[in-house]
Amino acid sequence: MIRRAIASREMILLGAIVLLLGVIYTRFPGFVAPNNLIRVFNDTSPLILLAIGQMIVILTRCIDLSVAANLALTGMVVAMLNAAMPDLPIIAIVILAMGLGALLGMVNGVLVWKLQIPPIVVTLGTMTIFRGLIFVLSEGRWVNSHQMSAAFKAFPRSTVLGLPMLSWFAILAVILFTVIMSRTTLGRAVYAVGGNPHAATYTGLDVGRTQFWAFTISGALAGLTGYLWVSRYAVAYVDIAGGFELDVVAACVIGGISIAGGVGTVAGALLGALFLGVIKNALPVVNVSPFWQMAISGAAIIIAVAFNARANRTRGRIILKRAEHAT
Amino acid sequence: MSTTRTIPDRLQSPLQRNLKSWETLLLLVAVGIFILNSFASPYFLDPWNLSDATFNFTEKAMIAFAMALLIISGEIDLSVASIIALASTAMGFAVQMGFGTPALVMVGLGVGLVCGAFNGVLVTRFGLPSIVVTIGTMSLFRGISYIVLGDQAFRGYPIDFAFFGQGYVWWIISFELALFGVLAVIFGVLLHKTNFGRAVYAIGNNPVAAAFSGIRVARVKFILFLLTGLMSGVAAICLTSRLGSTRPSIAMGWELEIVTMVVLGGVSILGGAGTIPGVVLAAFIMGLVTFGLGLLNVPGIVMSIVIGALLISVIALPRLWEKWKTR
Amino acid sequence: MQAVAPPTAPEGARTDPILALDGVTKIFPGVKALSDVALRLYPGQVTALVGENGAGKSTVVKILTGIYQPDGGQILLDGQPVSFATAQDAASAGVTAIHQETVLFDDLSVAENIYLGHAPRTRLGLIDTRAMIAKAAKILASIGAHMDPTVRLRDLGIANKHLVAIARALSVDARIVIMDEPTAALSHKEIQELYDLVEKLKAQGKAILFISHKFDEIFRIADRYTVFRDGQFIGDGLITDVTESDLVKMMVGRAVDQIFPDRQRLGGTEILRVVGYDHPTEFADINFTLHRGEILGFYGLVGAGRSELMQALFGITRPSKGVVRIDDKVRVIRSPAEAVAQGIVYVPEDRGKQGAITSLPIFQNITLPSLRRTSRNGFLRLAEEFRLARDYTSRLDLRAASLDTELGTLSGGNQQKVVIAKWLATRPKVIILDEPTKGIDIGSKAAVHEFMAELAAQGLAVIMVSSEIPEILGMSDRVVVMREGRIVDILDHDNLTPETLVRRAAGIEDGADQ
Repeated sequence: MIRRAIASREMILLGAIVLLLGVIYTRFPGFVAPNNLIRVFNDTSPLILLAIGQMIVILTRCIDLSVAANLALTGMVVAMLNAAMPDLPIIAIVILAMGLGALLGMVNGVLVWKLQIPPIVVTLGTMTIFRGLIFVLSEGRWVNSHQMSAAFKAFPRSTVLGLPMLSWFAILAVILFTVIMSRTTLGRAVYAVGGNPHAATYTGLDVGRTQFWAFTISGALAGLTGYLWVSRYAVAYVDIAGGFELDVVAACVIGGISIAGGVGTVAGALLGALFLGVIKNALPVVNVSPFWQMAISGAAIIIAVAFNARANRTRGRIILKRAEHAT
Repeated sequence: MSTTRTIPDRLQSPLQRNLKSWETLLLLVAVGIFILNSFASPYFLDPWNLSDATFNFTEKAMIAFAMALLIISGEIDLSVASIIALASTAMGFAVQMGFGTPALVMVGLGVGLVCGAFNGVLVTRFGLPSIVVTIGTMSLFRGISYIVLGDQAFRGYPIDFAFFGQGYVWWIISFELALFGVLAVIFGVLLHKTNFGRAVYAIGNNPVAAAFSGIRVARVKFILFLLTGLMSGVAAICLTSRLGSTRPSIAMGWELEIVTMVVLGGVSILGGAGTIPGVVLAAFIMGLVTFGLGLLNVPGIVMSIVIGALLISVIALPRLWEKWKTR
Repeated sequence: MQAVAPPTAPEGARTDPILALDGVTKIFPGVKALSDVALRLYPGQVTALVGENGAGKSTVVKILTGIYQPDGGQILLDGQPVSFATAQDAASAGVTAIHQETVLFDDLSVAENIYLGHAPRTRLGLIDTRAMIAKAAKILASIGAHMDPTVRLRDLGIANKHLVAIARALSVDARIVIMDEPTAALSHKEIQELYDLVEKLKAQGKAILFISHKFDEIFRIADRYTVFRDGQFIGDGLITDVTESDLVKMMVGRAVDQIFPDRQRLGGTEILRVVGYDHPTEFADINFTLHRGEILGFYGLVGAGRSELMQALFGITRPSKGVVRIDDKVRVIRSPAEAVAQGIVYVPEDRGKQGAITSLPIFQNITLPSLRRTSRNGFLRLAEEFRLARDYTSRLDLRAASLDTELGTLSGGNQQKVVIAKWLATRPKVIILDEPTKGIDIGSKAAVHEFMAELAAQGLAVIMVSSEIPEILGMSDRVVVMREGRIVDILDHDNLTPETLVRRAAGIEDGADQ
């Protein structure tokens, strides 16, 4: 069964993360302390949220390079909104952020669905457009901490059951999308469309429409992360999360999500993100310059994709009797 | 079966076909923008201003030529800007070691070739998807620059090294512009007039059938990655020479502008179609737009909106037109 | 004479059709794929849809399954006009199809494949995985397929995938089952099982639309026939009222006995000798020789390893053991490029994927492997290319608007001519043709056959892989029969009968039955 086969790949990744933590533990036991692990998880939460959205998009044979720009644009809009209307309740802000993010995702989705423009071209384009729009909106100015309301900034940090809200959003998304991907029609459709678009059409699935919804989900998650990001760092400007889309794709590739579509799980995206998160947080602890981070995540992408390709190699048709196996 | 009809070689002369092509449309657009610009600003028609404007696109276009061939063959290289950063860093390092200009050029070209070979081996030897591989090497190559340089910069390039980015061959014709012209001819001939070019088209249209036709697909693709790396090295020399310094963030985001240039030039992102004259015209258009907006004091980030919109609309508009026509 | 005929009534005339197409027309840009066609499907009966490639059969299937919408006419379900706007609509109306290519999902489990789109739900609206697996197991058991429904499809063999496709078709409570060339990828035994299954479905009162190119099959299981030609309805009726040649006459519009060209056997010298060729998974212990001017047939069931052997000879895959001698010299062939250099060329079976580069013009397709000859120092010379293309296309009687036309705009037969021309232009010593007339019209077929004979007469050595017995009998000097990756016999033309071929290929001992 599909999940059984992939589980082994995820176990390997989990093993790699545990090994990594073990190695760090021998030198810096403090890094593996529960409080610090919570901190690492919280710090990785935005990456987890975006990686789940990206995973769904990649499963449908697309790619969304505009997530980080979407995050930044949505973050800027809600930050400016908060500055102008400090009394707007947080729940409204969260809904607005997700709505705006989803809307931006729909722009990608419509272009892919209705005009069949290759997703990489669409999202390269919208990525630069979204960044440009932030500048136009903000006229290049920053929204700083003192312009934001206290509630706005406090929300992602407020703790429930010992975990910050930010972490809870990531956990919630992991649970929600695990169910959606494995137990709903939409989830099945996403796997089917990516696994064999031709067959999906014959099955009565609309490939383009499924891709549209994948982009919408990715956008909604990016929008949500946009609010969480600007409120957590208490600043919004044009370049926030610059280049973050590559980390997101990296998390997916490391998590075993096949760029060819149809193969991957939420658990994989989660572990891929955590792998990068642990490395990023461990570097300063083990006294390596943070400038190493970029090269390491690049190397991790290449190793992961090579590893996945090896594991996925399809067997040829076997004709000879002696090699034939009974199923 | 006995009636042997002779089949004409062509129904349309090459001239007729060219007149109806994407390139003709690009030429009209370029002329239109030129005229618009000359009305918009009195400074536009100054020969020296025009000469300066060419620096907007010459370096990117050099890479775009090689990228065009690569995309026509069905692959892509998103690591080109990072190759520039790594090559520039290596040249900066060589300067610190006391090497002179000839050695610097060799270093720049050498690093480009090595990076291209690295991408090429991963894609052709290990059969990995080029988009993921080069997203990985995009982080890896620039990451190495960050490891070497951190937030520092290399300066102190030899005086004669400045010629590549700042020198003039004749009157307003800069070295870069001349090189751009020479490379345009070389790549144009390579793609349109040689067996190698024909193989590139064949591979992009149907790699399996091309292999079955005796074309060494892996070797052709490897050469294309090598060429793209080499051109990134050339661009690195020109850009480093023009700026006179190296930071790890050099040429950040150029890969998108280069891909935009190639796609705007009529190259199909799905492979199999495109021309060098188209890319040349696209380079001019992007240079003219950037320059024109610059004259109107429009900030750079806003230009990115234009670039992004251009990228999407050049693909979307013909498709919308088709849809509207068949309605 | 009863008022209501039982569902298994042998005479359909008294039963009303479940599903009917009435005056359906479908137009694509430039082509009228269907023009005013009729089709009636009766409960408990198998209707064979017969026609040459391009007759409009696949278009009908796509209209019945909601992939295409007709531009005119109507679909009648139980006499009521309906419209299938999506594949979902067709499925909920009870139409299900087992398609030509396996349209399944490699990375989903068997159960998920069977129930994709109509999975059982829990009260919360989520997919009920447990119920889905149980129901899938039941359906699989009912068609005699014993496999674990949780296994990933990727891990199944081709025949088992096919059973999953059938199970999927049965999982929706279908009244109309469309089988589009269902036996193409199946072995002899599996085809028998399929026939049993069809009988079962008939007994359940389902209406079956059966599309096949194989006449023996049609006469074996169909109750009725409908013939299309060039997108037009030609006729229909009970299968017992027609003969094979009646159907062929309707298909092609004229009576045709497939005529093969007369050939003189040359008895030329040996050109190719394959000794002890082994491959880890595809074939073993292959020994044969090939002579100048000879047409050597390779017969076997689909999946006997013939194409795999040919691709190894052409350097696409590599054997683990064995030697190829060309003109008595040992040659190592590691890539198609090396094969071409040694004078061996291969016209693949899968024209669309491996043979034709459909988006390039005809002349560029033809000159692709010969560029070294038409160019000078690596630079193209278009005049030379056109000359070469003109030369070979006129010899093959190609029909095209111009040599600069995109290959993809031509018919299948003409595309095949271009692919053959491409290889002849390299002036080979040995040409391997893998199912050279598969899926092309009868006119082009005859042209290809005639041309093959002409090539052999000129001294070229021809290997022809074919699954069509008339073609093997009509064209070959000798026939190599393969089964399960091994050569079981090499038969001389004089001892060839259809029976021996089939028996050898299927592994039936002489005198074992019959």
